[in-house]
Order: sequence, then structure tokens, then C-alpha cells
Amino acid sequence: MNNTLKFRVNGDDVEVAVPPMARLLDVLRETLGLTGTKEGCGEGECGACSVLVDGVLVNSCLVPVAQVQGGEVLTIEGVALHGAGAGAGAAATPPALHPIQSAFLQCGGAQCGICTPGMVMATVAFLQDSQKGTVTEESIREALSGNLCRCTGYVKIVDAVLAASQGAKP
Amino acid sequence: MQVTQKARVAREGTEVGRDATRKEGAAKLRGEARYVDDVRLPNMIFGVTVRSQVPRGRLCGLTFPQDAGIPWEEFVVVTAADIPGRNAVPLLVDDQPFLAFNIVAHREEPLCLLAHANRALLERARDAVIAHIEPLPAVLTLDEALSGNEIISGSNNDLKSILMEKGDVEGAFSKAGSDPSLTLVEGSYETEAQEQLYIETNGMIASADASTGDVTVQGSMQCPYYIHGALMAAFGFQPGAEDSRARVIQCETGGGFGGKEEYPSLLAVHAALLARKAGRPVKMIYDRGEDMAATTKRHPSRTKHRTLVDGDGKLVAMDVEFWLDGGAYATLSAVVLSRGSLHASGPYECPNVRIRSRALATSHPPHGAFRGFGAPQSLFAIERHMDVVAKACALTPQELRQRNVLRRGSTTASGQKIKEDVALDVLMRMAHEDIRFDERAREYAAHNASPAGLRTRKGLGAATFFHGAGFTGSGEKNLASVAAVDIAPCGSLRILVASTEMGQGAHTILAQMAADAADTEVDAAFVATPDTAHVPDSGPTVASRTTMIVGGLVEKAARALRAELDAGGFLSAGTHADADSFRKAALAAAAQRNVAPEALRQECQYVPPSGLIWDDKTYRGDAYPTFAWACYAAAVSVDLLTYEVTVEAFSAVQDIGKVINPLFAAGQVEGGVVQAIGYALSEKVAWKNGVMSNARLTNYIIPTALDVPRISVRFFEHPKGTPEAQTPKGIGELPMDGVAPALAGALEDALGVSFTRIPILPEDIFQALQAKGNTP
Repeated sequence: MNNTLKFRVNGDDVEVAVPPMARLLDVLRETLGLTGTKEGCGEGECGACSVLVDGVLVNSCLVPVAQVQGGEVLTIEGVALHGAGAGAGAAATPPALHPIQSAFLQCGGAQCGICTPGMVMATVAFLQDSQKGTVTEESIREALSGNLCRCTGYVKIVDAVLAASQGAKP
Repeated sequence: MQVTQKARVAREGTEVGRDATRKEGAAKLRGEARYVDDVRLPNMIFGVTVRSQVPRGRLCGLTFPQDAGIPWEEFVVVTAADIPGRNAVPLLVDDQPFLAFNIVAHREEPLCLLAHANRALLERARDAVIAHIEPLPAVLTLDEALSGNEIISGSNNDLKSILMEKGDVEGAFSKAGSDPSLTLVEGSYETEAQEQLYIETNGMIASADASTGDVTVQGSMQCPYYIHGALMAAFGFQPGAEDSRARVIQCETGGGFGGKEEYPSLLAVHAALLARKAGRPVKMIYDRGEDMAATTKRHPSRTKHRTLVDGDGKLVAMDVEFWLDGGAYATLSAVVLSRGSLHASGPYECPNVRIRSRALATSHPPHGAFRGFGAPQSLFAIERHMDVVAKACALTPQELRQRNVLRRGSTTASGQKIKEDVALDVLMRMAHEDIRFDERAREYAAHNASPAGLRTRKGLGAATFFHGAGFTGSGEKNLASVAAVDIAPCGSLRILVASTEMGQGAHTILAQMAADAADTEVDAAFVATPDTAHVPDSGPTVASRTTMIVGGLVEKAARALRAELDAGGFLSAGTHADADSFRKAALAAAAQRNVAPEALRQECQYVPPSGLIWDDKTYRGDAYPTFAWACYAAAVSVDLLTYEVTVEAFSAVQDIGKVINPLFAAGQVEGGVVQAIGYALSEKVAWKNGVMSNARLTNYIIPTALDVPRISVRFFEHPKGTPEAQTPKGIGELPMDGVAPALAGALEDALGVSFTRIPILPEDIFQALQAKGNTP
């Protein structure tokens, strides 16, 4: 029943023996222990489980893990490591926050934090695909409309994405 | 001494009033913050709840069918018979069992619990359990409860009733017919249920000590000591002597909004019962559907207003009836009804007021705490009604309100004399300016009259309201909360409170307040994880009370600790200490006394302010120590083809006293307003046979980033040095209160039809326009 699947997560090669139809979300959280990706609804409505697969934003609760065979998955745990703001990598100190994460922190874009990893991933996807200078409040709201937040009313999240868009391109 | 005092005053607000960075923010942004579902304990298995599926009946037994292909011998099964102590959730009235044993009172009633290591098998087993329930007639609507045809609680289905009287209402109304200067205005208003919809569902992990039977629970929660009390009751531990046998630890909590106030007590006991029987840790995480269907929601309500107003537009008499659907058990309905009643006459002065309120039992899953706690319901009614009264008096809604708002020296419906400076008229002006009310009114009139008005209609509305800060009446006095501070091993000031961080920023704000009180930097102060083994009972994290009440206690304790350091010569009084100096001084003080740093502990217990008098029996007196005040204004556009409503602009202006962290305060208002836009325009709980039939994010629609505008938030600032400028009043609930009436008013302005019930969905607008001949 279990198949061995190989793919990359946050730059590292991984090999997992799981049912091919297992949700990518469960493989990340349970098999690989990457619990930064959250489950909010389990049906692709809330976006809390957002990750990037080969650079494309997906709801990991809707992706059978077989679909990422040979692919590259980026989760919240990999964002700081691979961001422009990554530190020198001294093992004892965590890498500096990615500019997007810093912008969320400074702008008050994270409150309870449960939607935050998904919001950050959606922002990573949005900004990597946006030309600098073309980002507007409207385009941000469109880009984040698949990620629900119940705390912020979205204003400070939009502010954070605007601020990040004006900084270094991730 | 004089110099010291001056120096302190000069530096007041070094940390308070600043946008301090969220303490746990970086961990949340890295995905490192640990929520309950992220925790895995060795040997842990999973638990689920088997629920009734019948709205009301008599439980005759449970069958675990052998032909279902379920290896039942592998399962841990817990029923009511396994509860060693009291089978009742301790709250205001102990009427709700942890597990049903005789009567099933609602469709999601927990009947038994199952645990197993294999979650897929667990789900199959949950479906396979057969519950034998003899159905009894259910009470599925407020009207059925009011009719009394089926009595399910007390003698008349009342869970609680309240009578508030001021002046002589009957006497005033008796003059209505004979005095032509008086106008009588009547109205009926309804609000439906609302789901809190925190993005993290409810969840708990419990473990039990095999030798002692002591239990530890960690999970998502607002009120660790409520859960502690529930565990003590369920396991029959002796309060006081055996307090340490139940331990409750808060995990990072992904939103609460009241939905994690009382409900987690039930879930925590469930997990603990399974863990103790299994001899292994048990994790219970609700999926979204279970969380939405089974846990508490905002009480549906109906309010009837009868109002007498004189020729000058002054309120003469208000007669209010306010009804809540409490659901199958009492939970917190009595206090929700109380807050709703105390806000039912709005922020207006009227010499004659009568408020008759009832919370009624129905066969719905129990309704419970939700941000605003009864006030959003009764304030929707009064604010909508004030618009109707204004029309009847040929006044603008603003004029009517300005003539009647509470001011310093006014007396509320409970007879409370307002002793603070109230600037409601200024707030109204600020909100109108902020949204460009008059300018927009002209633009919208022109638009509506133009060809474009055949496609969309635009309108404006506003609501004026207040929110009583902290617990109602003698709540704080009875609670007598305790907060403490000590010194952590690193030398930082450690704040010991049961107040939970659930996104609102409490743990950053309390650190800011403590830092100022200890005259140091916020980096030198932090809040310890709420853990009943280590923190005193500072009360539940509810009622917008944390900053105002608990913050005040923390300040006092931190000030006392600083004074001790000063007295010992480790710091000099009146001198600001940077974080490093503070830590060094605190550790030096401990070393010199040859004690561990945590021995430098200071506690502070709540003492009610003098001069507050409240009578629970007559509902008279000082209902709240202070109030937050607000005026919210909304601009909407309605698509006449799809009946979709777009909120074009929203302005939220409020007086919340001292703002501790402006960034967080604005975040609370923005989030609350958007949650309330959902309440008003999209979030509809569809009831079917006593349960929410749309318990999914697919068809229970909360606002996305695209559905709402940028909320404009402004805080009124009292003159520096006044008491009003120095007191924080709480901000959590206020933004929930005034949004729906402002939007309903704007829709009426746009379409010329009156909306008296929320949510107002496109189909409601369609029907209202049809009834009016399909033209706005």
C-alpha cells in the first residue's frame, strides 16, 4: 500500500514511504514533522495549509503526495532559509527572518498566527510572480483572497505585503 | 521625593503607547509556534466523540456492533459511567453533562468517547456505534420555545430572565394617546447565530499519571482555570487540597473570540477521561465540520422596541423586550443576557426605561460566548430602531442621536450615573468627517438618480454605541483575580497570569505595562506560559478585561518588585533601567538574599474601586466601571442585478481611553469590524433539524481580503492628564457592536427598504425589493 516517494522539501531531498494518496499536508506535518503548515478546514477553502510546489501556490490539504514525486516543495520552515534576508547560517542561531516575515512582524500582520504561515506562502508566491512597482492594494487582496484570516481584518496583512513588495524582491 | 515623582511622570509611557513588536510574532512567522495539533507526545493516541444525531430524546443504550468489522477490543471506550466525579460542566448552572447519561438535549450531545492509535479506523468506529435514543419532541425555534408547548427547561423554558426598570414606563406610555407632541414608534429586530470561526479548531491533549491518576491537559483555550475547575469536578479531586492533581497548560491558541471560553472545558475533560482510561496520552482535535456544528455560537436574538419621543426629538420612554435563544444548556446565557440587557437602550439617556429579557432553552447545541457577548444583538436592535425613530420624528439619524446621547452626569437604564467625560458627539463628527459623509451623500444621491443608479445603488449609514468595560456588575469583585510577577532565571521580569494570548496581543501588552511600571524596557519583561501549576488565577481571558483589569494588577505587582530592587540599592529609584541593567540588578538582588530569582515574587489581588455599587437582584447600579464609546460609519453599494453588497468604505472611530499599543489596538478594531461585516452580510447559520447544516467553510461564508475595504480606524484622545486619558478600557469586543446597524442603515439609505434582521444576504435584498415592487 505504501510507496516510496522522493521529492525535495525546503532544498533537502526526502524519501517517504506513505500511501500515494496521502495528503501532502499530513506527510509534511506527520511524516516529516514540519508542523508550520497548518490545517484550517481540510477542503481547500482557508489556505492555512498553503505551500509552494515547484513554485506554484497550492493547498496542501488537496494535494495527494504522489503529485509532488520528483518535485520541489517549499514550506514556511524553508522561507527564512531561502530568503534574501537569510543569515550567514551559524548553526546555533536561527536564520534572520525573510523580508516578507519581517514585514508581517513590523506591520502587525500576524495576530493569532494560525493563518500566518499560509499568508506568508501566498505572499512569497505573489511577489515572486509580480514585477516590482506593479503591486497595488487591489492586486494584493486578489492574491490573498484564498487565505482566510479571522483576526486582522486583512488591513495589516495588506500593509505587510505592500511593505515587502517595496523591499528586495525575494 | 518630589523630584522622583516628576521623573516618573516624565517618563510615563516609555513602552506604553508604543507599537511594541509582538512577543511571539517571530515564532509564528517562522511556523515554529506550537499549537496543540503540532504537539506529539510519546505513545500518544487519538480520541473522537460519538454524538447524538437526534435533537432530543432519551438515551437507552449504546451498541458496538460486532458485525461492523471494527476490532472494538483495541479501542478505549469512555461513557458517562467512567466519570469518577460529577458529570456536569461547572459553570453558572451545572446542567450540562460531560457525557449524556439519560436525556439527550441536542443533536451534537456527546454520548461516548473512543480512542485508538489509527485515526482512519477511529472514524469508521465512530460511525459504527449505534445509539438507541427514544426521540422526544424538540424545540427548534425561539417561537417554539416562547410558545411553551413543549417545556424543556424550568416552568416556561427560561434559562434566565431579567427585569430592568427606570422611572415610570407605564405612566409615560399612558400619556401617549392624549399628548399630541408625543410620537410612539415600534419595531422588532432579529439577529441570527454566528460562528466564531477561529482558524484553529478546538483541540486538547491529555495525559494521566499511571500511579496517581493526576491529569494534565494542554490545548487551545482562553480560560485555563475554567478547565482546571472542570477537571477537578469530573475527577472528583478535592478543591484546595488536591488542586495540583489537575494541571492545565495553554498551547499557542489560533483565535478564540469567545468560542474557546467555556467549550474547551468539555473537550479537555473528554481527552482526560480517555487518557486516564487508556494509560496513554490522547489527542482530540475537532475537524472543521465538528467544530462548527457542535461548539457554541453567538446567541440568536429578537428584540422588540416601543419608544416614546417628544416634539424636540428627546426620548421620553423606552420599553424593550429582548429574547435570546440559549440552546440546550445554560452555559453562559445568563451573563450574555445580562450584558445584552445592559446595552439594550443604547448609549442614550431616557427618563423612563423598562427592559424585559429572557434567555430561552431550545434544542440547539448550546450557544455561548462570542465577542460582544449579547451587546451586538441588542445594539443592532436599538441602533436600527433609532433610525426608525429618527424618520418618525423627521430628524436625521445623526440629529436624533445627538439630542439623546449619554453625557457626563447622565443616568443609564440601570441608574448608573456617568462620571466620565463622554465625547460621543465628537466621535460622531469624527466618523462623519472620516468617511466624508456629507460629500458622499451628495455623490450617492447624484449616482442613484443617474443611469448608473439603475445598475448599482449607494447609501450611507452610521451607528453610535458603547461597550461596558470588563465584567458586569459584581463580576470582578466576586472573581478577586490575582496576578503576580517574579524574576526568571535570565533576570527578566516574568509575568504570571492565567490570561491567554490568542492573537489579541495580551502577552505583548502586559509586558509593555509591566515594563513601564518597573521603569525598564519591554525586552526585560515577558509573560510566562499560562500553566495552572505556575500561574495564579487572574480570571478568564474574556470581556475585554485583560488589559484593563489584569494589566492594572500586573502594573501594581511590577511596581512593587521595582520598589524592592530600589530599596535594596540594586537600582536607583526614579532611574530608567535598560533591559540589561534591570536583569543584572534583579539577579544581584536574588544572589545577595541567597534565593532563587523566582523568590522575588510580588502578587497583587483585585480590589474593587470605591464608590461602585451594584445590585444583582434589582439590576440597578454601576453596571460597569467604565465604558468604551464609538461611532462607526459605512458606505455601501448594491448591485441591482446580483444584489451583491460592496462595502465601499468603513470608518471606525472610538474612545477606548488609554491606548497601550496603537498598532495592536487598530488590528483589534479592523479584525472586529470585518468579523462583524460577516455577521451582517454573509454569515448565515442554516439550521436543519436542530443543527447547523452548513458547517463548512464552503457554504458558511466569512469575509476574504477581497470582500472588505480598508477599514479606517481612529482613536479619540482625551486631553493629557485627564483620568479618561490614563485608563485603558478594553477594545476586544467593541468593534463587533456597531457594524451591523451601520451597514443595515446604509442599505436602507441605498434601497429605500428597511432591514430589521441580520444577516442580510443577497436573497434577502432581492425579496425585500420584490415586496416593494422591485424598485429601490
